[in-house]
Amino acid sequence: MTDYLTLKDLRSYYGQIQALHGITFELSEGSVTTLLGANGAGKTTTLRAICGMVRSTGTIQFDGRPLIGLSTESIVKLGIAHVPQGRGTFTRMNVEENLQLGAITRSDRAAIADDIERMFTLFPVLKERRVQQAGLLSGGEQQMLAVARALMLRPRLLLLDEPSFGLAPLVVRELFKTLTQINREEKTTILVVEQNAQLALELADTAYVIETGQIVQSGPAAEIANNEDIRKSYLGY
Amino acid sequence: MELLTNQVLAGIATGAIYACMALAVVMIYEAIDHLNFAQGEMAMFSTFIAWQLLEWGVPYWGAFFGSVAISFCGGVAIERTLFRPLATASILVQIAGFIALFSIINSSAGLIWDFSIKSFPSPFGSAPFLGSQLISDHQAGMFFITLILLGLLYFFFRFTRIGLAMRAAATLPDSARLVGINVGWMIALGWGLAAAIGAVAGILIAPVVFLEPNMMAGVLLYGFVGAVLGGLSSPAGAVAGGFMVGILENLAGTYIPVVGNELKLPIALAMIVTVLVFRPTGLFGRPQVQRV
Amino acid sequence: MSTVQESVTQTSSLGTVRETVPQVPATAGGRDLSPVATAAIARQQQKTAQTIARVASLVALALMLMAPMFVRHFVVFQFTQIIIYGIAIMSLNILTGASGQFSLGHSAFFAVGAYTTAILMEHGGMNYILTLPFAGCVCFVFGFLFGLPALRLSGVYLALATFSLAIAMPQFLKLGTFEHFTGGVQGLVVTKPDAPFGLKIDQDVWLYYVTLAVALIMYVLSVNLLNSRTGRAMMAIRDNQIAASSMGVNLALYKTLSFGISAGMTGVAGGLAAIVVAFVAPDGYSITFANALFLGMVIGGVGWLPGSLAGAAFIVLIPNVAESISKGLAGAVFGVFIIAVIFLFPNGARQAAYLAANWIRKLVGSTR
Repeated sequence: MTDYLTLKDLRSYYGQIQALHGITFELSEGSVTTLLGANGAGKTTTLRAICGMVRSTGTIQFDGRPLIGLSTESIVKLGIAHVPQGRGTFTRMNVEENLQLGAITRSDRAAIADDIERMFTLFPVLKERRVQQAGLLSGGEQQMLAVARALMLRPRLLLLDEPSFGLAPLVVRELFKTLTQINREEKTTILVVEQNAQLALELADTAYVIETGQIVQSGPAAEIANNEDIRKSYLGY
Repeated sequence: MELLTNQVLAGIATGAIYACMALAVVMIYEAIDHLNFAQGEMAMFSTFIAWQLLEWGVPYWGAFFGSVAISFCGGVAIERTLFRPLATASILVQIAGFIALFSIINSSAGLIWDFSIKSFPSPFGSAPFLGSQLISDHQAGMFFITLILLGLLYFFFRFTRIGLAMRAAATLPDSARLVGINVGWMIALGWGLAAAIGAVAGILIAPVVFLEPNMMAGVLLYGFVGAVLGGLSSPAGAVAGGFMVGILENLAGTYIPVVGNELKLPIALAMIVTVLVFRPTGLFGRPQVQRV
Repeated sequence: MSTVQESVTQTSSLGTVRETVPQVPATAGGRDLSPVATAAIARQQQKTAQTIARVASLVALALMLMAPMFVRHFVVFQFTQIIIYGIAIMSLNILTGASGQFSLGHSAFFAVGAYTTAILMEHGGMNYILTLPFAGCVCFVFGFLFGLPALRLSGVYLALATFSLAIAMPQFLKLGTFEHFTGGVQGLVVTKPDAPFGLKIDQDVWLYYVTLAVALIMYVLSVNLLNSRTGRAMMAIRDNQIAASSMGVNLALYKTLSFGISAGMTGVAGGLAAIVVAFVAPDGYSITFANALFLGMVIGGVGWLPGSLAGAAFIVLIPNVAESISKGLAGAVFGVFIIAVIFLFPNGARQAAYLAANWIRKLVGSTR
């Protein structure tokens, strides 16, 4: 399988502070990968580096195209959608406007309208809240809205940063089920950063573990999940 | 009673201009968290451009829309060349940038068109409106044009994709980038619109205050009062604030003996300070939390 | 051996200040220098820098003392104006550079000082020197009172409030109710004083020395203020209000005090201006003037007192040159200069001075 997203010796900096010390991994097209690790390990920074939101050196390639040096909006236009930590919902706009914003770079009006309806099928609770201000939605609903907004881009690569944060387990399971469905139907490549390792490992094919800015473990998700030592040392369970 | 109605209506008419200035100020504020101290000067310059077009024989509405279009481009250009590089600089440097812009525009207007007072025509004339003694045609015209302008803007922001993108860029720039919006260009667009709105305000008020390079300082001050009253984060509030200021100004001038025409600006100052101190979010705005 | 200059970038609440601190390389002539020797060389270089600064100050002082003997009286008058504006800009520096508060309205305090002096002299018959402390005190109170509501404002909001003050003040001065004192729109003519004791010194020359004396006093007071506990409290507030407050600095007191002191100094400058120009009128203290003072501070380098004089020279001389070419050109030239400064020299004359000092030190060092 072709290497769809490649990171090679990625080093990222917040001002003078170096957060990533040489991250290297690849994703293949259509795969679901999870990036695990403790707080502050560098998981979020990795996603932000992919989206050009943090100063980086090294190589990031997406489908053959180098990403370092591009602006965030250019990277998005290449088909990479990022659901950030904290969701980044446009709280003062309603649900439908948030979805429309997800597709703001597309010009196929009819298809956009269709996609909005599709989102309402995938996430029925959003349909009920169609014209409600997004800021009034519950945590779980806002997370679903954030994912739906990202999907409106028709992304080829979907990045999710701690989608389970602050959500009830049942809600998270529903969300992950939907993500699996999307991956199967649309062949969308997914990279999920999670602190909740257990659920993430059930969802993913491959897992990488980050600690203090470096990859320390990698392998098929099932193996990592069954490896007690790794779980205890890095994942806390 | 008729005097009161007269003053309220007149206040609404001038309030329309203040509403325009307030709107232009808030438009830029939403985009960059800064007050454009040079907004009044830009409006003045736009009015001079319109005057020049008229001098060259362009019919009134041609000059009107011509100036508005040129102002739009000018606003975009100023943002891209001057303020975009300054975006990451300190507050002090940015304020210095605005003051520099103020000086350059004010001075250039004087250079090009000199400092003598000129008269500026009104497309409506000053005949009584519908025969009434209360307001003139021009005052009614100011009011209706402002309403049309506001309607267009409302439509633009609510129902067009660019309007939606601009709103997104203004409220959450990071999230906006993540959906592919070029925030830099949205800010430039905001400046262009603000400049265009300012042009409308200047062209409408010029027949009343006469055209000269220092005509807009007081008007801008009232625009700031309106914007602050409405809470700097709310365009609708800014508009409402502008109208309120117009009405209050007229009523105070008529009913409070000391005030008269002479104390208008100090009263405006007092209003700004009072609102900022006691209710910084204005009457309609949202509270801002400062991170430690 | 070449001395490598490293730029240490510090960030204060006023933005990035690029301070060129001389860094000594660890090797000199191929030998490793021990930390002790390195520190000694660094100390030596700092001492050299201080000596250069002192020499420069003395030269400047000598020049200022001797200036009137070599130039025409009109030029002396201009020099006096420069020094007066220098005092005003210095006060703005104290407000912004030290306590971090912005003011686009110092023309108002200048006006109050000027009018206080004019009224005391013309209506009260007071001796001109005596009016200066009065002007200072009146403006101190005025500034302190303005500082009270300003406590709740910061950054752009404070700039807005002061901007409004500047726009409102001329109208205030034109009020009919005060016309008897202020002379209304026409303003007041002030009797220019002669040199005392019947000395045969030209009025302009005498007033130049008076102004210089006042300026030097103000300068010394300012430096002492900034080095004192009060000054340090002010700078703590500038850098991080919340932190300062949590360390027990009485925010309200020091912030209003800063406004008061700054206004008071500007008031004294205004008083001097009234005496030297012999005339006060409302439109002379407009927003244009407030802008000029602010820009003068930026050009001189915020928070750097000696730069105030450079900034003042700028705002006096540029209009003179520009107006002789074309009326109204001054503002445009100002604005363009400011833009050039903030893009190329964000720290104004201070940066230029550092560059000059470094250059001189290289010269001196290379002859050892």
